[in-house]
Amino acid sequence: MKRRLLLLVPLLIFAVLVVFLYRGLSHDPSARDSAKLADRFPAFDLATLDDPDRRLDRSLLEGGDDSEGEVTLVNVWGEWCPVCKKEMPQLQTLADRGVHLVGVDYKDTRDKGNEFLETYGDPFAVSLFDPKGSLGFDLGVYGAPESFIVDGDGVIRYHHTGYITPDDVEQVILPEMAKWR
Amino acid sequence: MAVKRLLGLARPMVWLLLLLLTMTAQAAIDVQSFDDPALAQRFEALSGRLRCPKCQNESIGASNSPIAGDMRARVAAMLRDGASDAEIEDAMVERFGDYALYDPRFEARTWLLWGLPFGLIVIGGGIVALFVVRRRRTGDDTLSAQERRHLDGLIARHDVRNDEPGRDGEPERAGEPGRDA
Repeated sequence: MKRRLLLLVPLLIFAVLVVFLYRGLSHDPSARDSAKLADRFPAFDLATLDDPDRRLDRSLLEGGDDSEGEVTLVNVWGEWCPVCKKEMPQLQTLADRGVHLVGVDYKDTRDKGNEFLETYGDPFAVSLFDPKGSLGFDLGVYGAPESFIVDGDGVIRYHHTGYITPDDVEQVILPEMAKWR
Repeated sequence: MAVKRLLGLARPMVWLLLLLLTMTAQAAIDVQSFDDPALAQRFEALSGRLRCPKCQNESIGASNSPIAGDMRARVAAMLRDGASDAEIEDAMVERFGDYALYDPRFEARTWLLWGLPFGLIVIGGGIVALFVVRRRRTGDDTLSAQERRHLDGLIARHDVRNDEPGRDGEPERAGEPGRDA
């Protein structure tokens, strides 16, 4: 009898393997763990897109000395990025729902960036101009669009790689924003 | 005989295995130049060890993607500033996560990954040892009475043959009629 049961061992191993591989099938191969969750937003010193003389640093996201900042959605975009154009209506919806948005114009030229906002609308409270992609690099951005939810203390709480779909607005972004408010 | 046949198979097998040793093509797109050849060598090594986060399976040394270029530039800059390999790897993991390393580090999350092969070898060895010990103990090599009688007969016949040495120097042929009885 014991011997008989032993014969089931390969079947058992096979079953475990099937479960393991089946899970892999539904796994998005381009998804990555974000390394920046629970980290402070990286330091930066960048001009704004509309005004080259106005420079901002990360105190923008951390509020004043004694006041708590707002929960912010930081969206990394670029005029060269076709998906970013498709994402703009969703960002506009978020802005209309009272979400505080900061844009990062990533690896772009100032003219093209400004033109983009004129064409597709400007949902951002302010857009940072990051022509060399230095802030993007420190954020671990490897393609646009990417979005980060930053809490009132300037800590990264959520990282969305890729396109925010219309469904994501209600199902992912707004609940995440509410979580950190 | 069987050994000879196995050896005959071994040579094509070796050639087949050698095919597995072919290296993936390395083609850095931009040229990073270093005054110190040792730095250039470390740059090459790091470019092969770091994985492009945008790609499914390409090192930053082999990838065309913009982020791989940025990473190569950062690696080169850090090397020129005198950073150690570990510091450079840390800087990349901090931004792009464990995915950036082809060889994951040994840590709480990865001990199973690194340990499983050794674990399986130990388990497999244990199972083989168990079988060997068991077979010895159950004494599969003891003969039944009938087998014993048969063997005794064979031995006796063998002894008889050896007692009448080299009749006419003719080599003995097994199964020659008249000899058995």
